[in-house]
Formats: sequence, C-alpha cells, structure tokens
Amino acid sequence: MTFRARHLLGIEHLHPVEITTVLDLADSYVDLNRGARKHGDALAGLTQINMFFENSTRTQASFELAGKRLGADVMNMSMQASSIKKGETLIDTAMTLNAMHPDLLVVRHPQSGAVNLLAEKVNCAVLNAGDGRHEHPTQALLDALTIRRAKGRLHRLTVAICGDIAHSRVARSNILLLGKMESRIRLIGPPTLIPAGAQDWGVEVFDDMKAGLEGADVVMMLRLQKERMDGGFIPSEREYYHRFGLDAEKLAHAREDAIVMHPGPMNRGVEIDGTLADDINRSVIQEQVEMGVAVRMAAMDLLARNLVADNAAGVMA
Amino acid sequence: MSLLFTNARLIDPERGELREGDLLVSGGVIQPDGTDRKAAAVINCAGMCLAPGIVDIGVKVSEPGERHKESFRSAGRAAAAGGITTMVTRPDTDPPIDTPEVLEFVTRRARADSPVRVLHMAALTKGRAGREMTEIGFLRDAGAVAFTDCDRVVEDTKVFARALTYARSLGALVIAHPQDPGLSRGACTTSGKFASLRGLPAVTPMAERMALDRDMALVEMTGARYHADQITTARSLPALERAKRNGLDVTAGVGIHHLTLNELDVGDYRTFFKIKPPLRSEDDRKAMVAALASGLIDVLCSMHTPQDEESKRLPFEEAASGAVGLQTLLPAAMRLVHSGDIDLPTLWRALSLNPARRLGLPAGRLSPGAPADLVLFDPDAPFLLDRFTLASKSKNTPFDGQRMEGQVTGTWVAGERVFTR
Repeated sequence: MTFRARHLLGIEHLHPVEITTVLDLADSYVDLNRGARKHGDALAGLTQINMFFENSTRTQASFELAGKRLGADVMNMSMQASSIKKGETLIDTAMTLNAMHPDLLVVRHPQSGAVNLLAEKVNCAVLNAGDGRHEHPTQALLDALTIRRAKGRLHRLTVAICGDIAHSRVARSNILLLGKMESRIRLIGPPTLIPAGAQDWGVEVFDDMKAGLEGADVVMMLRLQKERMDGGFIPSEREYYHRFGLDAEKLAHAREDAIVMHPGPMNRGVEIDGTLADDINRSVIQEQVEMGVAVRMAAMDLLARNLVADNAAGVMA
Repeated sequence: MSLLFTNARLIDPERGELREGDLLVSGGVIQPDGTDRKAAAVINCAGMCLAPGIVDIGVKVSEPGERHKESFRSAGRAAAAGGITTMVTRPDTDPPIDTPEVLEFVTRRARADSPVRVLHMAALTKGRAGREMTEIGFLRDAGAVAFTDCDRVVEDTKVFARALTYARSLGALVIAHPQDPGLSRGACTTSGKFASLRGLPAVTPMAERMALDRDMALVEMTGARYHADQITTARSLPALERAKRNGLDVTAGVGIHHLTLNELDVGDYRTFFKIKPPLRSEDDRKAMVAALASGLIDVLCSMHTPQDEESKRLPFEEAASGAVGLQTLLPAAMRLVHSGDIDLPTLWRALSLNPARRLGLPAGRLSPGAPADLVLFDPDAPFLLDRFTLASKSKNTPFDGQRMEGQVTGTWVAGERVFTR
C-alpha cells in the first residue's frame, strides 16, 4: 500500500509517493468518467456524508458525484441551517453523526483547524473539503493532476500563484504540494494579501505581476475572497484588476505554452479577464473541474481501502 | 508555636544568595539567628530548598460568575500545592470587581475558603469598558492592591490618562496589558510563518511595543505608578529599558508560559496552548528569559486562567484563551534553572521579592520579621504531569503529559503548614 493516511486533512502530512498514488488512480477514473457508463463499485455499501458548514455548490457537487459514481450512499447535510444554529458544538454534531456509522465524512468549515478537531472524535475517514484559511487538499490534488496532464510532470516547473494568498486555503495546499513535488513556486500579489512569513516558506514573493510571471509554466489565479476580508486590503477592484488582474498583456510575460488555472468561482474582470478565462488554448479551468471529480473518487477510494483494511484487522484482533 | 527548619538550602532573593543553614520561625514571622530554639519543633529539610513563598500577581479565580471553573477553595489549594503563598487575583470576573461591594464579597469568600493569602486587584474602569474610572479611592480603602482592566486595553487615551492621574494622587498602582487594539483585533496567534501556514488570524509582535510606547508616554505625562502585566516580545524591551532609565515608576511582568513554550507548541491546533498574548517565536522566548535574568523584567507570574473543557474543545479561533498555572509555575520555572539560564536567587526575586515589593508587602524575604510564608521543595525531583491530578477545578494545562522537575513538599503561610506532599 502506497497510501497510508487514515484521513485526508491536508497536504502537509502526505508523502510525495502518496500524492503520486492518488494522481495515478485519479488518471484511471478520468477514463471511467469519460466513458458512457460511469459506474464503479469501489465504495459500494459505504456511506458518505457531506457536511458543509460553509456555502459551496461546486465542491459539494463534485464530492457527491464522485461518491455516487463509485457506488457510495451519499447524504448531503447543509450545516448552516441545522443544529449549529441551536447552539450544538462541533464535537456534539460530530459525535451524533458518528453514531450513524458513516464511512466517509467530507467536511467544510469556516474555521481553520476545525476539520482536524472533528477527525479526532470520529471513527470514519474524514476528508477536508476546506477549513478556513488552512487547507483544501483535494483542490491542490486536482490542480496537480491538471498540471501533470498538461505538462507531463510536476517537478521543475515554475508555478506562479497570484492574488489573494492571505485568505486562500487553496494557495496553502498548492504551495505545500508543489513544494513536495519539487516545483519552483512564486507568489504574486499586493503585500497586504501576502501572508506574514511567506518568504520563509521556500517560495519567491513578487509584488510586480509582470516580473513574477516571467518564464512561468503555470499561472494559477486565485479568487479575491471579499467575504473573508474585514476591510481595506486593496484600494479598489479596478486598481486591483489593473495591477494584478490577469490579461493577455501580462500573460505574455509567462512562457508561450503556460497554462492558466483558477479554482473558481471566478470574479471576471477583477482577478482575470473574461476572454482569457474562456480561451481554450490557454485556460484549463474547465479541465480542473473535470479532474476534481476524478481526484475525489481516487482519494475516497484509497481512504476506503485503508478503512476496510483497518476494520478487518480490528475484527481479527 | 515555633518551627525550626534545619539542613536547608535557603534561597534568599533579598541578599541574592543561596546558602546552607537553618531558619527559625515563631509567631508567624521569621526570627533572627541566635534566638532560643529549644522549644521549636524541628523540620529536617534534608538539603532541599527553602524559599519565601511565591507572590503571584494576576491569578484568575472565577468567583463570582464561573465558580465551576475555579473557586477560592480550589485555587487556594492549587496555590498551596504550587508553593504560592500570596495570590493576587484579577478583576476580570463576571461581574467584574469594579465596586467596593463586589470587592467586599470576594474578600469574604477568599478569607473563608483559601488556605493561602489572597489579595485582590480591582478594575480600573467601570465594567472594564474603558469609559469611566472606577471608585479607585473607595476600592483602595476596601483593600484593592492594584487597578487593572486585565486583557482589555483602555483604548481612549484621555480616559486612560485621567485614570492614571487620579490613581497617582492616591499612590495606587495601575497594571496594564500593552497590546495595540487595532492590530491585535481578532488575533489568536503571533504573525509569522507558522500562523500563516495554519491559516490563523495573527498579530504582529510590534503591537505590544506600540502599546507600551503609548503607555510610557502617558506615564511620563502623569507620573503614575505603572506595571505592564506581560511583556512577551523582544521588540518591547528597549522601550521598557528606556522608561526605567528615565526614572519612570515602571515595572514589567511575564507569564511562565511565554518563558517555557513557543508558537510552534500549538502544533495541530492544540487549544490548551492558546493564551493571551499568544505564544511567541523562539527568539522572543529567549529574549524574555534573558530579560528576566538581567532584571529588566521584574516579575514572573503564572497568569493562571482556568477554562473548562467545553470552552477549549472548539476550533482554535473560537476556543477560550488561557492556561492554569498555579501548580506548574514552580516546576516550569525550574526548567530555566536547569537549563542554566537563571540562578535560584535571581529567579526568586522575580517570583517573590519583586512582586511583594511592588505591592508594598513585607513578603518575599527571609529576613527577621518577614512573614513566615515559605515553600520547601526538591528542585530536582522528576515527575510526569497528569493534568487530572491538579487541584484546580479546571485542568487546562499545556504541560499535560510532560516531564518536569521540581516538587513542592511543604508550604507554610504565617508559620502554619498549608500543604504537605
């Protein structure tokens, strides 16, 4: 077994071999998903609960589809409308769900570290679907799969991650993953949106977009997270677009074959030019969405195998 | 009744020495050498350390309001077991101690239940809201030894300046928590590589320096007596040094956790390591240890802050701040001795003599006439800390499961034994 993790809480604790294992399996699920009959049975008989404490359409749909295509019984719980509002603590909610014996728990939560806390209290495998500003591991894995399929490798690439790094869990997971796979990472953004201490992460930091994009193989744009900002990180959206929005002129500084990525949902005309986002020769944004389903199928498949193996060992012991 | 401690290693912070010898106690006070010893009961210290009891400024006893977290009885027992003979309590209770009536209540509760001495601080502003000063005169007459809004900063400089001016006229000590309110809003970690990786809201260490600079200017203006409750970053030290050199009546303290832990101890969101101000970098920790050893930082305290399991079993940002420390202050401080960073008499200046002097108390000394508030401990005795053995009602210690050295075997208050191991 080359994937040993019990939960997928972040990229931080994954080994490069584990990352490659997920991506290799995901590749095979891409083929399955492109076929006429899209059904596997890797998760048959298992129960998957999607617990979203924060609004999400895309990620939740992706996880739901991934589970269903592998035969899991999938339940969605929108936690914003539920018992949390009645004062129940996160731990109590987790214990209640745990008593229903789910096998896979997919959790998104607005607080950094909340998914780690929850994972300590339940018996099933927990997948982090994004916690606060901390990590979003399946997003980094799907980005990696997209890059690997476009560029043929993950090492020795120059990847520019641009925009609102400070509020982005996507950026953190991508920095960790690409660093483990030995790519060169550049962070580009206004200094107010670059987290303190970022220069100690083994990355290069730029506040000039053109300089930062010079020779990049991959240009990863981030959404400006207006809902996480409590005022005054940038002077205005139009100034932000002028200095840090990706358009054809700025992209010309990257390599000719550089791909453009965005985790979605996009603010067109704020961080990325709409025409560029739709340019099928440069943008792989639609492919990212496709890879998302395959990567989540692979991650849940591998976690379920470990879970089944653990349970069998438990019965024997 | 007389007590004779024999064969002790006496820690004398006043004379700055560690010596072998005997100590005679009678009538609740320490007696001069050469006094008749015949009638005394003998306690053979077997070479263990005998020191003035610790005077701990800034203990949170959760009465009134949250007695399930800590009461005067449980805090007093924990203090006795930790070698603390005087607890100086914080007014950040619910309701806050901001009127003579509430102060009278806690004074009565403490007297009835605590085996160690308890002195109380009162709020500087009503409701700790930072708008109107409390009845500083009445509160002082009722026994308040200092005035503080605890971790709340009086943001309005005019209000703070007036309170300092008024307090000065009464000779009252004001204790403040230097932290720039704007920069620190919402923060639960210290900014840097670690906090950013964890995705937690963070505050720059500069926020402490900025607030200390402001306070030093106001102290210079008003001539008030001022103590900074916790100085935790290297950047604050030059400002503190300058203020002292210029003759301002300023002292500073630090909590034991900032001397023995750093920001990385938070690890994967361990909320028992969430304290206020947040744990700092290793560079800052080392600078604080050096400042304590040099005497620039005057006072070492436990910053005892009980929190129940419910308020800690939450996502890191939502979890309550604070750690219990009454029983772990002494063994944790012994880490600094064992690492060679500080010697015992210097450590005891910060634990006992300096806080006593700052509050005008006769404690903290081994001289004849000083109160017989004493702690007997083995500085080298190792143990594994199990948080459920603590006497505090709350068990939120960051040292759970850690190896520690330094065990208290006896504590005396006014010559009466209040703790026996």
